[in-house]
Amino acid sequence: MAEIFTSAFWTQYGSLLITGTHDTLVMTIVSTFFAYALGLPMGILLSITQPHGILPHKWLNRVLGWIINVGRSLPFIILMVAIMDFTKLLVGTKIGIRGAIVPLVISAAPFIARMVETSLAEVDAGVVEAAQAMGASPFQIIRKVYLPEARPSLLLGGSISIITILAYTAIAGAVGAGGLGDLAIRYGYQRRTPSMMLVTVVLIIILVQVIQSVFSWLSAKIDKRLK
Amino acid sequence: MSMIAIEHLTKTFPGASAVTALADVSLSIESGEIFGIIGLSGAGKSTLVRCMNLLERPTSGSVRINGAELTKLPERELRKARQSIGMIFQSFNLLDQRTALDNVCFPLELSGMSRSEARKKALPFLKLVGLENREKAYPVQLSGGQKQRVAIARTLVTDPKVILCDEATSALDPTTTQAILALLKKLNEKLGVTVVVITHEMTVVEQICDRVAIIADSHIVEQGVVADVFHHPKTAEARQLITPKGAISEKSRIHGPLYRITFDGNTSDQPVVSGMVLTSGAPVNIWYADTKDIDGKAHGQMLLELPKDPALVNKMLAFLKSQHVTYEKEEAEYYG
Repeated sequence: MAEIFTSAFWTQYGSLLITGTHDTLVMTIVSTFFAYALGLPMGILLSITQPHGILPHKWLNRVLGWIINVGRSLPFIILMVAIMDFTKLLVGTKIGIRGAIVPLVISAAPFIARMVETSLAEVDAGVVEAAQAMGASPFQIIRKVYLPEARPSLLLGGSISIITILAYTAIAGAVGAGGLGDLAIRYGYQRRTPSMMLVTVVLIIILVQVIQSVFSWLSAKIDKRLK
Repeated sequence: MSMIAIEHLTKTFPGASAVTALADVSLSIESGEIFGIIGLSGAGKSTLVRCMNLLERPTSGSVRINGAELTKLPERELRKARQSIGMIFQSFNLLDQRTALDNVCFPLELSGMSRSEARKKALPFLKLVGLENREKAYPVQLSGGQKQRVAIARTLVTDPKVILCDEATSALDPTTTQAILALLKKLNEKLGVTVVVITHEMTVVEQICDRVAIIADSHIVEQGVVADVFHHPKTAEARQLITPKGAISEKSRIHGPLYRITFDGNTSDQPVVSGMVLTSGAPVNIWYADTKDIDGKAHGQMLLELPKDPALVNKMLAFLKSQHVTYEKEEAEYYG
């Protein structure tokens, strides 16, 4: 594996690794964005429709909980294959970055919904009650109490979601989505190039470390309870 | 017309073992008064105050505040009505991620005011509660008393007609409690706001309330002017609150008659009990005493066991009468 210190290795694989890292980041960021667009409202709805929530609704809560559980029970690789026709209908292709984003979003959204629900549950019920006593509408309570008060926790949940999606992109790589996971499988495993395996794994570790550090720092920085 | 009129209010929490928290409660609270509702834990007092702004919806009965029948209002109008009913809580319930000033701004923002406009309006209210230089502090940086002051400023900023206090001083130390009560009293006098105080502490009621209702076991058992209710309690529940249970235990050996004597501010600085003992030449046993000096006048209660000899007892009672101290004969089981 000493070859990773040679320039020949980097001329051969350098641009592949750059593209792979780029593709991984694009898949992760775009999927996270859309997964939150779906998962955040779902999580809020799940939270407020609970029996002691601000808009209790037994059936909506049950149905939503059920859908989320189903979404979370399916292993990502199965889901990806199972919805391929739907993916093609939506983005015109079953493979590549675009083909991976659809199952990534569908798989991560229910996960995010649960993360959001957990974060909102941390908001002191007394504060919500005080807002109700002041005449706040449910929408105002979500916008002015739940979301701002839960912000540090939502950010930490965000880091967990992003890292989970990053891990899924590597799985998507197995079926030709591109990215670092794809490189690890095609070069590291199938072509028996241990150096490529090592470099791709190290790159993924660095990405995870950076994402976690940035989000932890940000969460602590904006949390006014820590003074 | 009364500010708060509650009629035949009943609240039952459904479930396998349904609990009746309030049973046929009727109360009338006048505009501008400080009204105390006192009771032991689980008596239903918190449910009662939460029914006043419909945080808890009554099972039956009516709640009229400032002329509006709250139970009949549609959701939107109820929210509007709530803006003129302030509420402060035992746990303060401030928004942790907002500064003191922005917490006071919160109800203004709810009514559609911009943040900058709200800040301008909120600042004088922080001054009013004595926190003018802590406007940028976050709740975590404030003491319990300061947090409750922010919460009070937050209720005042929308110019409420009524402030409901749900055990507002129960999480505070005695000195801070005094300061918060004094502030509430000052605001009541200055702004004419009606204050409803829910508490389990006698001293809170004694210190600031004009009238009091005693709630026990989901019912209002007694109500009236504070001095009347506290000095001449008519019911066992009232006596129990005024002289707490446990003053006498089953093992206490009581031989003579028990008398509860009340210092209601009329007595001067005379040592009444010593005087009584010296005059009669016989000892008494003090089972319970809770007296304090308010503005140079003695207030409070004592539970005394007098000698067995009726002649001595008559002598002592005559002495108390001459000192204008009121007394009542008591049964030991009230306190056991």
